[in-house]
Order: sequence, then structure tokens, then C-alpha cells
Amino acid sequence: MDNNQNELPHLGLLAEYETPEALMAASEKVRDGGYKRWDTHTPFPVHGIDDAMGIKPTILPWIVLGAGATGTMTALLLQWWTNAVAYPFLISGKPLFSWVPSFPVTFELTVLFAGVTTLFAMLGLNRLPRLHNPLFEVKRFARATQDRFFLAIDSADPLFNDRSARALLESTGANAIDEVPNKGASLVPPIWLLQVGIMLAFASFVPLGLIYSSWESTSDKPAWHFVWDMDFQESYRAGEKVPLFENGMAMRAPVEGTIASGELFADSSFHRGVLDDASLAIPAVDRDASVYVVESPMPATMALMERGRERFAIYCIPCHGASGNGNGIVQQRAQKLIPLDMVSNWVTPTDVTTETVASQPDGQLFDSITNGIRNMPAYGPQITVEDRWAIVLFVRALQRAANATIDDVPAANRGGL
Amino acid sequence: MSSQYDLEILQEIEDPTIRPKLIMGESTTYASLDDDVVGIIEGFTQKTSIAWYLMIGATLSVLTMLGGIVAYLIVTGVGIWGNQSPVFWGWPIVNFVFWVGIAHAGTLISAILFLLKQDWRTSINRFAEAMTIFAVCCAGLFPGIHVGRMWVVYWLFPIPNQMEMWPNFRSPLLWDVFAVGTYATISLLFWYMGLIPDLATIRDRATTKLRQGIYAVFSMGWTGSSRHWHRYEKAYLILAGLATPLVLSVHTVVSFDFAVSQLPGWHTTIFPPYFVAGAIFSGFAMVNTLIIPIRSIFKLQHIVTLRHLEVMNKVILATGSMVGYAYAMEFFIAWYSGNPYERFVFENRAFGNYWWAYWTMVSCNVIFPQLFWFKSIRRSVPAMLAICILVNVGMWFERFVITVTSLSRDFLPGSWNYFKPTTFDYLTFLGSFGLFFTLFLLFVRFLPMIAISEVKGILYKQNNSGH
Repeated sequence: MDNNQNELPHLGLLAEYETPEALMAASEKVRDGGYKRWDTHTPFPVHGIDDAMGIKPTILPWIVLGAGATGTMTALLLQWWTNAVAYPFLISGKPLFSWVPSFPVTFELTVLFAGVTTLFAMLGLNRLPRLHNPLFEVKRFARATQDRFFLAIDSADPLFNDRSARALLESTGANAIDEVPNKGASLVPPIWLLQVGIMLAFASFVPLGLIYSSWESTSDKPAWHFVWDMDFQESYRAGEKVPLFENGMAMRAPVEGTIASGELFADSSFHRGVLDDASLAIPAVDRDASVYVVESPMPATMALMERGRERFAIYCIPCHGASGNGNGIVQQRAQKLIPLDMVSNWVTPTDVTTETVASQPDGQLFDSITNGIRNMPAYGPQITVEDRWAIVLFVRALQRAANATIDDVPAANRGGL
Repeated sequence: MSSQYDLEILQEIEDPTIRPKLIMGESTTYASLDDDVVGIIEGFTQKTSIAWYLMIGATLSVLTMLGGIVAYLIVTGVGIWGNQSPVFWGWPIVNFVFWVGIAHAGTLISAILFLLKQDWRTSINRFAEAMTIFAVCCAGLFPGIHVGRMWVVYWLFPIPNQMEMWPNFRSPLLWDVFAVGTYATISLLFWYMGLIPDLATIRDRATTKLRQGIYAVFSMGWTGSSRHWHRYEKAYLILAGLATPLVLSVHTVVSFDFAVSQLPGWHTTIFPPYFVAGAIFSGFAMVNTLIIPIRSIFKLQHIVTLRHLEVMNKVILATGSMVGYAYAMEFFIAWYSGNPYERFVFENRAFGNYWWAYWTMVSCNVIFPQLFWFKSIRRSVPAMLAICILVNVGMWFERFVITVTSLSRDFLPGSWNYFKPTTFDYLTFLGSFGLFFTLFLLFVRFLPMIAISEVKGILYKQNNSGH
């Protein structure tokens, strides 16, 4: 805007029309007159006026597209970074990041970014909000948002000449032509308003600062309890003493004789490997081999053998070694530590392939696994009954393999030895 | 409740030689539209003023009661409601889904019908959008207070916190936060954008400095410039395009809250479309319930004509039939799937403990709206008001049936229970109506109920077509 604007008698001419058609015809004339700084004002969008005025398509859709793409990327990065990188959420073994469950949030953020941008970019491109507009000085202009149609030519237009512009507008059959009064510089907010604004801007940091300082500091005062019902709930711990029941215990014991589902071990030969449960009263070392079941109650199948190999690898190999000779990794380590005086009273794991063990009935092996023997702990609680029999079967295979002769190898395979 | 315009439009609809008008009245002009709509705000008569103050007094007391209940809830816990094992989602979630469903009409009318070039939407879109926003406010209240520990409600949002934890983005409850939050924001912006030209009209008609000043700030200096209108219309089209999939996504995501879980009766793929149809159904019924008295109190029958109401009723009939189809299909699938648990849940819905809720739902949502097949009922103001109120009731019961019947008979028969609401359940629900109607009365008093600039465009089109 040039400096001599304040000296202009007025800021432009404003013509009023009765109907959109009249305005449209006038617009075409003004457009063809070569004016650049002019506008029309209507109470509702008049269709076709864009062409009549020569308005070019807005870039708004491209801005919105950019914002929408930003929303998409923000959502994807947010979900990937928070759930797969910063705080990995492992849910049912699913991948930490995948597209399908990310879709809803991605869609919503895309729409959110694009929608908010649509409104604010529209306002920005329109240079709104603009609370003061010289056109408002013309009384008649109030009807621009009601029922009249206006055309305004800005005196800053390079072609503007008061007489010719007026003549052009008169030739369009305007109801009335007003001058937009020049009231000097546009409204400037008073200086105190600015000062108050700056002070408020600074003051707005105070609550944030207070929150931050209390967050960073520690306190030895007891916490405040706002919600007593939640902070002090009437509930008992399982082992606590309570006056409610005869035995004084908070926890209710199951009815006597209750057996948990799947834990009815009634078959002494299958579940314990002995012919009669009474023999279990004798300590294991004093028991006669005859109290045990001679042969495993589970039929020897290839599937059971495979299962036994797998279970053996998990539970037995660390001490007994892969071939069962008692030279597992634990034993090897102990041999390294004994000269350093770091292990004492070491009991070497049994070689399960020796004649001593091989001559034991199946039930005795089963019992040793179940209840442990010497330094070996009980594996009954960890390995199911069926799996223990599977291990027994596999141990039998190891014994056979350790004491095998060349006759045990099929003739066809002997060359490979 | 019927006026001369209603009788006139009935004749016009019946006469195939004339195209029935959207805006009635021989003497209706741009200026008279302003008088009719802005006049309501400017010239609250003594009679309407007293009525308004009495009404807002009543709604404000209900709202205050809601505030009291929420305060009591915070210091006591959600135990004040009837939520008990196994029904941990009681009325609060029922009310949430009820309100968020109602909130679907506004954006549907303003966005989808805009894209479909349905000119009749202009008479009711402002009103419906306002209702949408107020309903979203009510909806947002419930999950917020239902979490029990409101002071950690920020955990719902992905903001850095002292635990260095992030929310689980695979949870539909989190999707809900994003869906409802986006919907509320976009609806508000859409509504506000539509209001800008009309607020400028109020500013330019204002006779007092105060009113002029306030409306000037909110209308942002709008002058009706054609260059502005050009971008404005483009922005409106874009927002409508964005809001259309959005409105369909919101209730879809709400339905995921149920459908993604494993509970029989919830775990079905029909939920998203079924919920969206139900939401539109309940939203349109609510718009009609509110606009019928409003148009007669404020003499807007020539703008919101009987034809508008009839079109709304047709939408209600269509969506109501879809909902009925979904109810039937749920039963069919329960039988066809051969899943005994699914079958049990649906038998239990219709003939179990909550049979009364189920059959209330079916009669209100499926049977009564079918009366709209009859022209005379579709065009009778008292009849449609009665049916729309029944639909509102029925849709609340739908959410109750879905939420409570499924939960009360969960996997462990030992924990089965009968849900009993407490006084606080009733009062909280009533309180949400206090919030809704307080906002609504403020809207009626201070904002234009009709999208004036859009209706002026329709009036222009109507007067200039056929010449």
C-alpha cells in the first residue's frame, strides 16, 4: 500500500444491487474493464460469479492433502514408535507393529489433521479474522449479509479513477453507489492491551512451572488421600487372621478330601511305579527291587520314544549328559570348580547306562525321576506322569546303545561305522 | 401443531404437476428469513422469555445435580452405580453408546446429504449439527467418569508420562478415544464454519453495541466476499467429504468395543453396519423429537416444512428396517453357526431374564416405525412425534440389551448375576439430559437455528427455477 493512501478522499466505491443477476452482469463489466482490486459481497454464495469475476481456483485442496498426509504419517509413526520401539507391547505373540490394527487410529488422525486444516487454511487464505474492515463504515453495507448484493472497487487499483469507475458502476444499474470513507490508519489496539497480553502470556507459564517443579521435587510428607473408599478398602489377605470364621483364617480352605481337577493319582503302578503303595513307607535306599513294576505300563511306541528323547533333553541332559553317562554340562563345570575349592561334597551324576541302573526295573527308574535320589531332586512336580514313563523308555534306549555290539547294527549300515 | 403451511404442503405433495417447495410462504424473502430466524434471538418476547428462563432453570438444576453426582462418584467410586460382577459395563456404557448414536444425525445430514445434493437438508442441518455436538458432550462424559479414577484419565491419550508407558494401540477402547475425539472436533468445526456467515448476519442486524461486538468477534469479520465464498464453499465440500467416512467410522469403532471382544452376543461381524444404521436411526428420531415442538413454538413451519419431516420419517423407516434386519440376522447366525454359546445368548436375550427389555426394544425399533409405510402416519405430526419418542426409548433399550444381557450371562455360570441399577444410575442418566437440554436452550437463545445463508441460496434457486 502506498504512503499517499491516507490522503485519498476515499478507499473505493461500493455499488449496491437488488439481485444476484444484476450483480453478475456488473461483475462481468468490471472484469472486462480490467480492474484487479475489486470484490463482490453477497449474503449467500452466488453460483457462476466466480467466472463472472474471473476468480481462480483456490489452492486449499492441496493444503488439505498435505495436512491429511501428515496426519497419516503421524499416526503410523506414533503407533510404530510407541508400541514397537519405545514401549514394546507383546500381545499374544503378534508382531509389534502391523497395518490392520493401526488402521482405525490412522484414519481418524488423517481426518482430524485434514479437517482442522481445512477450516483454518480457509480462514487464513481469506485473511480472517479481520475485525475491522473499511466497508463496515458504509451503513448500507450491513445488508451484504442480509438481502443485498454489493460490488466494491478498491481505489488502490492501478486502473482506478474516480470518475471512470463511478461511470462504469452507474452504467451497471446499481441501486446506489457509496464512497468507502477513509478514516485514516486502520484500528490499532491500544498499547495497554499489548502490555496486558504480554503479562498474561508470561503468567500462563506459572502453573506449568509449578507442576514441573513439584514433579521434579521429592517430599517426605504423607500423600494426600482424596478418595478414602479406594485408598482404604475393607479387604483381607489370604493368610490374615479374621474374626469372621471359626478357624480365624481369611482364606476359605477347600472341603476336606477335595482333589484338584486332573490330580486324582489312584493307580499305584501307573502313577508311582510300585505294586503296592505300602512299600513307599520304606526309605528308597532300603527298598527291595521287587516292590517296583517290572515293565512300564505304557506301550513302547516310536511317538513315546520321541517324546522321551525331547523331555530327556530338557530335564536330564544338564547333569546326565546327552548319552546319559553322567558327564553333563553341570558335571563338567563342577570338575573345573573343584580344583579352585569352589565346590565341596560334589556327588557325580549317575551314569544311567551302567549295569546297576540297567538292571533296575522300570518302576524304580520311574520312582527315582519322580521323587529324586541322593542329590538328585524330585522331578514329579515338573514332569507329567506320561512324560516320566517316556523318559524311562528313552533311558532304556540309551542303555541299550551304550552296551551295544557290532551285531546290533544292521548289516547294511556297518560300513558307515 | 399443524399450521396452514402444513396443510398447504400436503396439497402440493399430492399434486404431481407442481414441484413441492422447500421453503413455503408467498411472501418469504431473504429479509423475512432473517426476521424469522434472527428475530428469534433478537426479540425474545416476554412470554417466550419467561418460558425460556423457567426451562433453563429446570435444566440447570438437573445439570447441577449431575455435577454433585460426579463429585460424589469421584470420592466414592463406581460402586455407587449398579455395576457389579459380571456386569462391569452397566448404564454408563449404555448411555455412552446411546448418546454417541444420537450424535450421528447432524454430520450425516450436513455431510452425506450435502454430497448427495439433497437441498432439503438446509432447513434442518444447523439444528441437527447442534444436537450432534451436545450429544457428543453427553457421550464423552460417560467413559470419562466410568473409568473410576478420573485423575488418571490422561492415560487414555498417547502423551509422555512419568511411567514412560504408552497406551496399547491394539485396543478398540483406545480407537474409541481417537474416533469420538476426532468426531467431536470435526463436528464442532463444521458447525462453526457453517455459523460464520449467519453470525455475520446477526452482527449486521444488531441494534446494541454489545451484541454487535460479541457476534463480530465470532463471525471473524465475514463480509460475504465472493472471493471468500469461493474458498468457503471449497472448504465446506472438503469437510463434507472428510466427515462422510468419519461419521461412518465413529459408530463402527464404537461397535468394535463390543465386537473385538470374545463374548458371545458381542463377537459378531454384523456389528459395525448394524451400529451405524442404528445410530442414524436414533439420531434422526431425536432431531424430529426436538424440531417438531421447536418449529411450532418459534413459527418456523414454512422453513422446516411437513415435507422435511416426512423425508426424515422415510429415513427413519429405512434405517429402522435395517436395524430390524440386523436383529433377525443375529438370531439367524446364532442358529446357523451351530455355536451352542451363541445360541444360548440369543435365546436368553429374547426369553431370559431380560425378555422385557428385548421386546421393548423390538417393538419400539422394529414394529412401530413400520407404521411410517402409511402416508397418513408419516405426515401426521402427533403420530410421528409419538413414534420418534418411542424410537429414542427403543434405541436406549437396544444398547441395554446388548451390553447387559451378554455380560450378565458370561462364561462362568457361577458368576451369573442380574443387573440392578441404583438410584444413582437413574440420576446420572437424567443428569445427562440436563446437560443436553441446557446446551440446547442456550443454542436456541443465542444462535441461529436455521442455516440462513444456505436457506437463502435454496430460496433463490427455488424462485429462479422454471422461469
